Amino acid sequence: MKLGRVVGTVVSTINAPAFDGRTLLLCDLLDPSGQPAGGYLIAIDTVGAGAGETVLILDEGNSARQVLDAPGAPIRTLVVGIVDAVTGEESGTLRAVAATAS
Amino acid sequence: MQLARVIGTVVATVKAPGLQGVKLLVIQPLDRALRPTGSQLVAADAVHMAGPGELVYFVAAREAAQAMPDPFVPVDHAIVGIVDAVSPLEPPARDEP
Repeated sequence: MKLGRVVGTVVSTINAPAFDGRTLLLCDLLDPSGQPAGGYLIAIDTVGAGAGETVLILDEGNSARQVLDAPGAPIRTLVVGIVDAVTGEESGTLRAVAATAS
Repeated sequence: MQLARVIGTVVATVKAPGLQGVKLLVIQPLDRALRPTGSQLVAADAVHMAGPGELVYFVAAREAAQAMPDPFVPVDHAIVGIVDAVSPLEPPARDEP
């Protein structure tokens, strides 16, 4: 899984049927210290994540389809958690990141 | 999934079995500011409505084939939606401690 920050939404009316009624979040990828790691992903929201929040992103298809109970769907990227804090060698920085996001 | 701009079409008469009737489009992946990034790709159109100039999002790898009517096709990038808008979200204002 990856750490990301919600920076936007993607609105789409013409899409594959598996995406009907799902919220697409534009998420910048973060490194463990909370800095942008370069790149982004569009992920389907499963937890009600909002703007600026640090989130946990699942980027693996089988797990994603299992979480959504949608076998056969062309889906592989989900937001599966809202991060409160990350601790580690640079825990001070990481906690600050999570606090800023909330 | 990532954003891309459709920049062309691919016509191929001889194709692997399973690709008959599948529309192939050339796409340019974009960063989230909608600037081109990375190599152009050929993607299958799973929404049957995408055309040149349109902003789309696509899925890569095994999931791309899942988007097709027959999921056992040699497809590794598929357009799964046409983008109406990309809305930047502002974090809610909060009180400083």
